[in-house]
Amino acid sequence: MLRFILTRASLLIPTFLGVTLLTFLLIRLVPGDPIEVRVGERGISPERLAQFRHELGLDQPLWKQFLDYIGGVLSGDLGTSLVTHNPVLQEFLTLFPATIELAFMAMLFASVVGLPAGIVAAVKRGSWFDHGVMGLSLTGYSMPIFWWGLLLILLFSVNLGWTPVSGRLDLLYYVEPVTGFMLIDTLLVGEYGAFWSALEHLILPTVVLGTIPLAVVARMTRSAMLEVLGEDYIRTARAKGLNSRRVVGLHALRNALIPVVTVIGLQVGTLLGGAILTETIFSWPGVGKWLIESINRRDYPALQGGVLLIASTVMAVNLLVDLLYGVLNPRIRHAR
Amino acid sequence: MPLLDIQNLSVAFSTRAGTFRAVDGIDLQVDEGEVVGIVGESGSGKSVTSLAVMGLIPSAGTVIADRMSFAGTDLRTLSRSQRRRITGKDVAMVFQEPMTSLNPCFTVGFQIGESLKVHEGLSGRALRHRTIELLEQVGIPAPESRLSAFPHQLSGGMNQRVMIAIAIACNPRLLIADEPTTALDVTIQKQILDLLVGLQRDRGMALILITHDMGVVAETAHRVVVMYAGQVAETRSATELFERPRHPYTGALLDALPERALGRRRLPTIPGVVPGIADRPQGCLFNPRCPRAQDRCRAERPALLADDAGRARCFYPLNSQSEVTA
Ligand SMILES: Nc1ncnc2c1ncn2[C@@H]1O[C@H](COP(=O)(O)OP(=O)(O)O)[C@@H](O)[C@H]1O
Ligand SMILES: [Mg+2]
Repeated sequence: MLRFILTRASLLIPTFLGVTLLTFLLIRLVPGDPIEVRVGERGISPERLAQFRHELGLDQPLWKQFLDYIGGVLSGDLGTSLVTHNPVLQEFLTLFPATIELAFMAMLFASVVGLPAGIVAAVKRGSWFDHGVMGLSLTGYSMPIFWWGLLLILLFSVNLGWTPVSGRLDLLYYVEPVTGFMLIDTLLVGEYGAFWSALEHLILPTVVLGTIPLAVVARMTRSAMLEVLGEDYIRTARAKGLNSRRVVGLHALRNALIPVVTVIGLQVGTLLGGAILTETIFSWPGVGKWLIESINRRDYPALQGGVLLIASTVMAVNLLVDLLYGVLNPRIRHAR
Repeated sequence: MPLLDIQNLSVAFSTRAGTFRAVDGIDLQVDEGEVVGIVGESGSGKSVTSLAVMGLIPSAGTVIADRMSFAGTDLRTLSRSQRRRITGKDVAMVFQEPMTSLNPCFTVGFQIGESLKVHEGLSGRALRHRTIELLEQVGIPAPESRLSAFPHQLSGGMNQRVMIAIAIACNPRLLIADEPTTALDVTIQKQILDLLVGLQRDRGMALILITHDMGVVAETAHRVVVMYAGQVAETRSATELFERPRHPYTGALLDALPERALGRRRLPTIPGVVPGIADRPQGCLFNPRCPRAQDRCRAERPALLADDAGRARCFYPLNSQSEVTA
């Protein structure tokens, strides 16, 4: 087991380097550097510009800048934001819980709806329900997040007024962050009104961000279940005289979950990518929105650090999923 | 009254090529404590028949029968949940492929115990105790340590023993073993067969032993049903069948036995295969492969007619009185 983790971890190093290099180069391809963007139209004397650039190390050759950055990262220093002058890591960690909360709720939504939908569709294969689930999930999968988010806001927030338009919490409330998760923090201080408000604010972003994973989970569950339901051991389970609930919900599902959990885990990458758009649409104060702002301000260290940290999170989750796969699948667990 | 009484059972599957009768009007009676062998090449409808008895025909198939009763209960009129109380408890089944018939995600102990839990409400220590007892009865060494084993950790023979333990867990009155040794090594086949026959004798349960191996039937069955293309070709007591087979198909199956071919250089085989969905012939279903076929066999389908010792579906049977006089 330990060897497995170490092998996997060693594969992460080139990925890290690649991600860092790509972000580093891409952000520099965008016209305008941090100082030009901040100074804007006002103009500034060339001497001052050169001096600022020198202070930030932007006058160095690219390869040197990159090596300096990597050196910093390796010693645990992600640099400071050019805009706020706070350490990048600290900014990220302050905002990350909001993103995790949203991503978690989206995944929960996708699983809670997608698993049963996929199971029922497989059991009632060829029925109108099956066709409905398949059709909807195809639609959901190809739904452009931005358009979908605006559509839901227009309908539920603007026209019907059922849900808030943006943010995490109503302005009436202020809750001191403890864990950073609004649903937990509001409960910790016993502010039930704030809890409901936080929940209300979560609904639309959760649906928007969860739509694609929902489609993937439903499809994957259906196909995994269809495969498993044709297996010999399902016939054995029926031959024991077990009821359908036990045959489908225990014998079949337990096997189908192995690929489904993997797929759910691999959705985390998609989810964090989607979070960037979703957070922007709903002004959700998470790392996604922060990254977009960092691009606009050409805040190189913030953007590089943010992308690196998100990539690390995705890789860590994927590693976890691999381990979980071994736990779920007895054939793998004992092979090692 | 027979324990299992089936009359005119047909199982039809709707396929793209039309409906296909995998089982076509068969009769099958099994008495309490009797061993009935069902033989026939693959594709002759043996598995479909046994699945119909278990109530496990998939929804694409339709089962019809004039009579289908177990211990006096009409199986056709039972609700699904009433049927489940019989399936796995009073009638149990062992399948051909032990390696795929057990659930890879659950331990052997769990899979055996499940039947006991569901049908007999056992739990805790009693459940564990009974599970270990069953593992012992099917000849699994160190049963206590096997409780937590997963199927992939055991050999095919061991897994088939586990399947048998599951099947006999609730003391069934009828056990159906569908080619229980076909997937196993030759050395293991005999052990599993001996185990089944031993359990049958000790418990006095009825056993339907399905096989395509006449040799297996010779050693174990009281009565034999020979199936061909979804129909019964011949049925009689094992002794009669082996001494004086009437149907040419039975004759050919017997000729293919190694011990009957002593002195001959090559085992005789039956040319051709069992007709499937698209190629069921006119007249007798066996006529294209039958060395004795005549014009009548190609035109008319023979009925399953009683003779002095059993029944056979043939116009010109082997070893019959008429043949002796002619
Ligand atoms: N679910 C099914 N759908 C369609 N045809 C089937 C199905 N199950 C079995 N059959 C057909 O029924 C025939 C008899 O099959 P089977 O009972 O498995 O034969 P055996 O067990 O004697 O080898 C075969 O031709 C097989 O293709
Ligand atoms: Mg078969």
